[in-house]
Amino acid sequence: MGTVFKLVDFGCRGVEGLNMELAAGRCLGLTGPSGSGKSLLLRALADLDPYEGRMFLDGVEAVRMPAPQWRRKVALLPAESAWWHDTVAPHFDALPASWLEGLGFDARAMEWQISHLSSGERQRLGLLRMLAQRPAVMLLDEPTANLDPKNTARVESLLEGLRRETDPVMIWVSHDLDQLRRCCDDIMVLAHGRLTALDEAAAGDGGDRAPEVPRL
Amino acid sequence: MNVIVLSPLDLGLAGALVIVLALISLRMGLHLERQLLLAALRTTVQLLLIGLVLKALFSQVHPGWVALMAGVMLLAAGREVVGRQKRRFTGLWGFGLGTLSMFVSSFAITVLALIVIVGPQPWYEPRYAIPLLGMLLGNTMNGIAIGMDRLTGSAWDQRTLIEGRLMLGQTGQQAISHLRSESIRSGLIPIINAMMAAGLVSLPGMMTGQILGGSAPMDAVKYQILIMFLIAGGTGLGTMTAVWLGSKRLFDERQRLRLDRLRKG
Repeated sequence: MGTVFKLVDFGCRGVEGLNMELAAGRCLGLTGPSGSGKSLLLRALADLDPYEGRMFLDGVEAVRMPAPQWRRKVALLPAESAWWHDTVAPHFDALPASWLEGLGFDARAMEWQISHLSSGERQRLGLLRMLAQRPAVMLLDEPTANLDPKNTARVESLLEGLRRETDPVMIWVSHDLDQLRRCCDDIMVLAHGRLTALDEAAAGDGGDRAPEVPRL
Repeated sequence: MNVIVLSPLDLGLAGALVIVLALISLRMGLHLERQLLLAALRTTVQLLLIGLVLKALFSQVHPGWVALMAGVMLLAAGREVVGRQKRRFTGLWGFGLGTLSMFVSSFAITVLALIVIVGPQPWYEPRYAIPLLGMLLGNTMNGIAIGMDRLTGSAWDQRTLIEGRLMLGQTGQQAISHLRSESIRSGLIPIINAMMAAGLVSLPGMMTGQILGGSAPMDAVKYQILIMFLIAGGTGLGTMTAVWLGSKRLFDERQRLRLDRLRKG
């Protein structure tokens, strides 16, 4: 009996009238043209923006939970991570060394100066920081956008391992359809405020590519 | 000691300085002459008017008139605080927040000083109440305006950082705590500097005025020390109140950063 993340008549600036239920271990891939509201949808799910309708985690409605608690459980990894201490370490409470190694770092990374991090390092460390909170639902906003193929593979394999171990719900936003096919159970397209299954969206196009998905 | 009363000719001679300055500005193409003359004219008219008002107020010692005067001063200061902010709160909050903070701090401290420390009879004696309140309001206004401008401006600039902290499960007040302290600090620095430099670098205006007006230097100094302490207390309290209220207003009940509650000033 694991987590269930449920949306009822959910609406925000990105999408309207969304009804959805994601069981533990499910990974939903989300794609769509730039500006279609994917990031706005993730922000609203993390309760960072006002929304309409209702959200539930394990039967408990979001409004019944203090917002900080909700955000620790339904954690958003933004495309740009924010850092406020001088070095990496103070941003973490505890972090399994295996995760750090899994993303190509060693323990010394904890002593690094934030101002010296590359965008790829920031993105991977940002992911680790979110994972360290052990969220039940992970909202991943283009988690590999700044990464080279090797590090992209590391991130995918770390997340795949976590899925097997801890059964989180994942919503994975990406423009890379191949990545979504590798990592997700279902893929949906967000366009014009509506979510459609990729197959349906693609059907009208006569191919396996959604009409609203940019050519990559 | 008798005060040497200034004649209109004396003021005219001093005013000639501004006119000379305006002529130089015209000659050098600084485009400051209109502003200079307008400012000089406004200073003259506004101060003469307030002189008349004070004259009437001092001859009619009535709490109603003092309260009216204090109210007008407060509203004017409230407008000034709003006007100095690059990003201000929308709606009534924009004006109300600064004004309320000034009211709480300046009025409370003025009343305290009048009743407990100076002790004129009656306590609202306008000769004491109005100048004290004026100096407190003027300085509190500066502190609050600087503190609020800093708070709203940096919340806007550091949106990503604040929301990054919210995403990790911090409350709004935790996520903005560093900005809150910085804002309060920046509001308090002018008065701290003024206290540091008083007497060494600068002779404070009030004290100088009192001495020119015929008071013994030590009496003037004691009043100046009192005023400095009152201003520090008022500015500190007022800035803390304003920044605290403002930082609450920046978040809603779901601890979301609500920058839509700010608009460009």
